[in-house]
Amino acid sequence: MISLLPERYRGTPAVVWTAYVGLGLLLALLPFLVDWGMGRTWVRILDFAMLYVMLALGLNIVVGSAGLLDLGFVAFYAVGAYLYAILASPQFGIHLPFWALLPIGAGVACVFGVLLGAPTLRLRGDYLAIVTLGFGEIIRIFLNNLNSPVNITNGPQGINMIDPVRVGDQSLTQGIEVLGIDLSGAHTHYYLFLLLTMLVVFVAIRLQDSRIGRAWAAIREDEVAAAAMGIDTRNVKLLAFAMGALFGGVGGGLFAAFQGFVSPESFTLMESIMILCMVVLGGMGHIPGVILGAVLLTVLPELLRYIGPLQEQLIGRVVVDPADLRLLLFGLGLILVMVFRPQGIWPSPVRARELRPDNPDEVHQEQETLYEAQR
Amino acid sequence: MRPSVEPLLSAVGVSKRFGGLKALSEVSLEVRAGEIYGLIGPNGAGKTTFFNCLTGLYQPTSGTIRLSGRILNGLKPHAVAKCGIARTFQNIRLFANMTVLENVMVGRHVRSRAGVLGAVLRGRRARAEEANIRSKAERLLGYVGIAERAGQLARHLPYGDQRRLEIARALATEPRVLALDEPVAGMNPSETEQLRRLLERIRDDGKTLVLIEHDVGLVMGLCDRIAVLDFGTKIAEGPPREVQQDQRVIEAYLGVGAS
Repeated sequence: MISLLPERYRGTPAVVWTAYVGLGLLLALLPFLVDWGMGRTWVRILDFAMLYVMLALGLNIVVGSAGLLDLGFVAFYAVGAYLYAILASPQFGIHLPFWALLPIGAGVACVFGVLLGAPTLRLRGDYLAIVTLGFGEIIRIFLNNLNSPVNITNGPQGINMIDPVRVGDQSLTQGIEVLGIDLSGAHTHYYLFLLLTMLVVFVAIRLQDSRIGRAWAAIREDEVAAAAMGIDTRNVKLLAFAMGALFGGVGGGLFAAFQGFVSPESFTLMESIMILCMVVLGGMGHIPGVILGAVLLTVLPELLRYIGPLQEQLIGRVVVDPADLRLLLFGLGLILVMVFRPQGIWPSPVRARELRPDNPDEVHQEQETLYEAQR
Repeated sequence: MRPSVEPLLSAVGVSKRFGGLKALSEVSLEVRAGEIYGLIGPNGAGKTTFFNCLTGLYQPTSGTIRLSGRILNGLKPHAVAKCGIARTFQNIRLFANMTVLENVMVGRHVRSRAGVLGAVLRGRRARAEEANIRSKAERLLGYVGIAERAGQLARHLPYGDQRRLEIARALATEPRVLALDEPVAGMNPSETEQLRRLLERIRDDGKTLVLIEHDVGLVMGLCDRIAVLDFGTKIAEGPPREVQQDQRVIEAYLGVGAS
């Protein structure tokens, strides 16, 4: 976070602390400001933005850190969401508490991460992308069809009436009163999500800046050299899949509890691609960039909804359907960023500083897996 | 330090086939602790193939490789590194988008153990280990003479420094045998001379070096013993002066009827 400050202030503790306190206050008051200025819907959008921050940070471990292009990330999100939905709803009459289910969901998603990772260890790039894409679809199709012969997921209808998060015996969804202030469901979830997002950010930063994070970066840069330097590429890759999936699983559980309803429709390929775009647009491998990407890509499409009413006001009728415009502008935005800032909107400072026109001495980079090198 | 007679690294009858092509046939050699052992031969003689067998990247079709008695056959590359063989690559393979310091820190991976919990909680042990990794890496950068480049991306180093960085990274794994694949390829005479001094210093500090090299001048002055490979077989072995006189070596390099 310090990287937000101009360089000359970074050594001054007073400025740094003021910045932290200011950021803390802003984050604490944000839902009230937004509620007051833009309405309740926007508080919910904020909640979703944080959910996507968690997901994007999870995918960033796999794609950004370890360099494994995963197009099926939404599968882990789905696993977390459905696990919560099945174990805390009238579907089977099981009602486990949220706080117990969160770690269980994370753990199960982790296992799925390893299950997906194991058969793809020898793949990279396009091939890995296709296999993970298939895996994501398999999970979705399973969820869609596991309503017979035994009804587990309730098929395309999805699972309804999922238990909300409870603190004590109060449901967060109903809203609670704290210190005389009435908090709506959107507000309470904001604070819950903020807490967990900060935890996820903390874990992501610590992981990246560690022996494990360096090992991930090493296999991203050159798998064969990494192996020759003593990195067990199999374990390190599986760990990346598992940790990414863990974040996805946590996000899924939160989603299910927040919405109170899950269906396979929430876990399509488009969703995986959106999360991937957040990572790539924001600045692959750079945690603040990924957070920015997730927030932008959640908030901007919602802003476009106003285009419809705006047209009516100005021209008297809706010429361009906002829904069409969303995808159009989204595609245009992607192209512009890829052309003008291929390293992302907010890349890591080292990379931004060092991104110069190719110099002739540049290291020739080998892109082969250990398995390919061994043939 | 005088080379001892006990072999530290030995290869016995090592062969490697790729389909119908026999890249190595029955290569046997012994490297003694503390010496610089050169592996030379014309292009395509199987030198790099031998290195790949040595470091676990390839599995030899037959034959055994031992490091102070321990059989290395069947071990994966990372396990071979853990046993104590580190290598550099002919076409430099650095972690291009990591800083110079980080590259060397990756080399410490195999000699450190912090896992996910250690990384996230960063307890006293994990912090001490991380500080140790960093200080060892910084020392190694100084040792190979590129300390002032620590913060740059590896891909922006000049060519000669990239070679040095690769050596520092390999040394970070605390190898007993350092295997260098053409360490001076593409260097000018003064760079070559500097690197030569570095290699001698590494030897004097107790490492054993095996190197593939085309630069005959370097090999003659630097290596204690050399082996010559041609078409996958060893055709000569011994101190450089003797090998230089060997008729088969002259033929391999210059063609039959030369000299």
